[in-house]
Amino acid sequence: MPRNSHWILRRLRHVDGILLTLVVMLLGISLAVVASASGQSPGRISGHMINMGLALMVMVVVANIPPHLLSKFGPPLYVAGMVMLVGVALFGEIRNGSRRWLNLGVMAFQPSELLKLALPLLLAWYFQRNETVLRAKHYLFGGVLLLVPFLMILRQPDLGTAMMIGASGFYLLFFAGLPWKVILGGGVFGGASLPLVWGMMHDYQQRRVLTLLDPSADPLGAGYHIIQSTIAIGSGGLFGKGWMEGTQSQLDFIPERTTDFIFAVFGEEFGYLGTILLVAVYLAIVVRGLTIAAHAPTLFGRLMAATLSLNLFTYVFVNMGMVSGILPVVGVPLPLMSYGGTALITLLLGMGILMSVATHRQLNKS
Amino acid sequence: MRRATPLKNLSFELMCFQRRLKMGGFFILLLALGLLSRSFYLQIVQHEYYIQRAESNRTSLVPTAPNRGLIVDRQGRTLAENYSAYTVEITRAEMASLEKTLIELGKLIEVTPGQLRRFRRLLSESHEFETVPLKSKLTDEEVAILAANRYRLPGVEVKARLFRNYQAGPGMAHVVGFVGRINDRDLKSLREQDREQNYKGSVHIGKTGLEQSYETTLHGRTGFDQMETDASGRAVRMLSRIPPVPGKDLRLHLDVELQAVAEHAFGDYLGGLVALDPNTGGVLALVSRPGFDPNLFVDGIDPETWKSLNESPDRPMVNRALRGIYPPGSTIKPFMAMAGLELGLRKPGDSISDPGYYSLPNSRHQFRDWKKGGHGVVDLKRSIAQSCDVYYYKLAVDMGIDRMHDSLAKFGFGEKTGIDLEGESAGLLPSRDWKKRRWNKVWYPGETVIAGIGQGYHLSTPLQLAVATAMLANGGIRIEPRLAEAVRDPVTHIWQPLAKAPQRMVNFDPANMTVVREGMMDVMRPGGTAAASAAGASYTLAGKTGTAQVVGIKQGARYDSSQLSRKNRDHALFMAFAPVENPRIVIAVIVENGEHGSSTAAPIARAVFDYYLTGKRPGTMNLEARDATE
Repeated sequence: MPRNSHWILRRLRHVDGILLTLVVMLLGISLAVVASASGQSPGRISGHMINMGLALMVMVVVANIPPHLLSKFGPPLYVAGMVMLVGVALFGEIRNGSRRWLNLGVMAFQPSELLKLALPLLLAWYFQRNETVLRAKHYLFGGVLLLVPFLMILRQPDLGTAMMIGASGFYLLFFAGLPWKVILGGGVFGGASLPLVWGMMHDYQQRRVLTLLDPSADPLGAGYHIIQSTIAIGSGGLFGKGWMEGTQSQLDFIPERTTDFIFAVFGEEFGYLGTILLVAVYLAIVVRGLTIAAHAPTLFGRLMAATLSLNLFTYVFVNMGMVSGILPVVGVPLPLMSYGGTALITLLLGMGILMSVATHRQLNKS
Repeated sequence: MRRATPLKNLSFELMCFQRRLKMGGFFILLLALGLLSRSFYLQIVQHEYYIQRAESNRTSLVPTAPNRGLIVDRQGRTLAENYSAYTVEITRAEMASLEKTLIELGKLIEVTPGQLRRFRRLLSESHEFETVPLKSKLTDEEVAILAANRYRLPGVEVKARLFRNYQAGPGMAHVVGFVGRINDRDLKSLREQDREQNYKGSVHIGKTGLEQSYETTLHGRTGFDQMETDASGRAVRMLSRIPPVPGKDLRLHLDVELQAVAEHAFGDYLGGLVALDPNTGGVLALVSRPGFDPNLFVDGIDPETWKSLNESPDRPMVNRALRGIYPPGSTIKPFMAMAGLELGLRKPGDSISDPGYYSLPNSRHQFRDWKKGGHGVVDLKRSIAQSCDVYYYKLAVDMGIDRMHDSLAKFGFGEKTGIDLEGESAGLLPSRDWKKRRWNKVWYPGETVIAGIGQGYHLSTPLQLAVATAMLANGGIRIEPRLAEAVRDPVTHIWQPLAKAPQRMVNFDPANMTVVREGMMDVMRPGGTAAASAAGASYTLAGKTGTAQVVGIKQGARYDSSQLSRKNRDHALFMAFAPVENPRIVIAVIVENGEHGSSTAAPIARAVFDYYLTGKRPGTMNLEARDATE
């Protein structure tokens, strides 16, 4: 690229073409499905497009920040997130029976969203800092940094977000080289404490799990969402009913169909072939992310790229698993598909970090 | 204590990371396969099941009840018709407090205590989610008031419904019957007959009378609209439609005017009357007094009214023509005479001497004739004309109870006639076997004696008596009475006669038949028991009077009506046909506590004959009609 090119075009040098293509594919599909699911509501479609534009801009900006600068955001973001979590616990607003929201005057904000990125950033920064002297105590401290927000979010209660943050922290520790005996030991310990966890779970959380095991036990209550979404997906068949032709979607049978249950609309209207394509695009993003991780020059870059990649698909798995009835209903959107600005910005921020890691590699070397 | 940290082997670390990266990728691949296999299961393996679920989700069948067929008399005058009216209906499950809603409703529209009682009874019989009518036939003003206040009254709906109206009045109630709301028992029997589907959307079903026996004809076929509905159950559009097929109209042999004449002729008396066409078996009139207002039952009767109807000593709910069983009394004599002739026990010319009583051999017990001192020398014709008891005491003893049973059974006594109404009684025709079976007792000779004059165990309905009389009129054809004559297809509007009722020919010697008929004609002539009722008739009549005891009279005592309360007075009977040469109408009538067939029952028959054969109405009836028009 010529040196005297426009500064905006120079900024685009840090955009990873493959990732961008895949992301734009998903956003395109998302726009189509949201249009169908919202009954072609102009407000929803334009809102969705504005969110996409904003998020893409955030992505490009972040892609231009070198990883070593990004890593410095870790500690302050983490601390800010933790302070707000404490604030939520003390003064948070209760909506739908759980204390998750912090009223910032102009907007309600969920601090747990911030931690989805702040926690991996902090951990990656921490391990990068201690790269040369890594010992058991670092993993132990890393575990503490993970567990504190995890437990606080679990207490809100927000099982879904807590699991997702827990997963991202665990991936990071895993890639940072957490010893196998700790992993296996933790697994055994976790399995053994399941009954204890069950006892600590709230009624509605227990119900959700039970509903998953037998949705027909409560067809009009908690089981309704799962029953209707599996009917939608199953009735789609191999080829689907066609765009805007899904009866379950168009006749209001699917709840939350532009947000958490968007996959039910997609599955009904585009069928099994559509599902394969969708999963393939997600897998392609993961493969690209892991490739970036494999070639990243710094530990921070490696850890962030690998964690973000796995994290993305974990979201996909939890959401699609929930919608197709193999996981309990937890409020997790389908990445890059569900309508919703905060989640989209957070995700593309992550994509921006991946691109930053990918593109600043050569620059660092040169 | 701080130990020196050895420098890490960076390339080893990197190798470790690469290995974990591969494991992470493998883990993600497993998750992806998990998702894809779940989707495969849902979208390919279970696709058929889920497409069905989705279809039943989005479509709903909305039943459209067919219009019920009309019931008209032989002249086409309407007896049962439909009208649509607004009702206010309540769904208990949709409201917080039923009582509060009722109070609110009471402020808006007038709800009578009777309506409220009826509503509570219906409520106690229905499920929480069913809608129960509170008040029907709302005025336009009431509809407007309720519509304006709808938002305040969840679970209260105003609906347009089809109702049944019986304008012919209480006199036709026992013939036409009534429809009522479908209850659990109706549903069960519909389910057993696999007809439940056809009653989706129907509120009413025939409960009694023709409404019951011709239910399948009158009801029609329920239509279904297949609607596309959204999740909240709101219909979005119609996908397909099977229109309902209205029920068929029913035309009767019966003439309401004739029925009204008969009703009127009864005056204040209770009883039953059946008029038949002896050639077709068509029922020309079928009266059971008292009647009742069938409209009370259409949308549920309130408990107080029901109680008063059900517990009335006059028993208005019992169809006397069909189910009232009475001793036939002397009306049995023509049939006994036929039996005596057919069996060769009597010849027309054979005479007996009647001293006024009869005693069995070796017995001092006297079976009295109704006429003190007896009828003197009596032959067969005279025995009918004057209703000589002693003649039939002797004949009965000569015949024996078993031959009597078999002979009378030929006329249909002791057997249901097969009329197209439900609930008919078979009466009782006694025999030695019957007594053994029923009571495990031997038959006494004295029981044979009184059986000869239609007393004792023998019980028959007015309908049976009419069918038996028709056999004397038509020369031995046993007809099955039919009320309905034709049905009209709702589409083509063409009347189609119903299949002819089966007829059975019983072979009697025509000469014997002629003798008995002459005896019955003598009844109507001067010197006969019902001569007064035939006076001035422009057609020939053949008949027979009868009296049925309500209470037993002690040996040696005489029947004295002035000593008996009205309820214990004898029942009066009369059976007749006319004109004798070419009988067109047969009548059997019983007047409860009417005492004498000649004085109360025969005049009623005469009025019916007159109207049917000459078109003449009873004079008093014309007066009443004029009063009504003025």
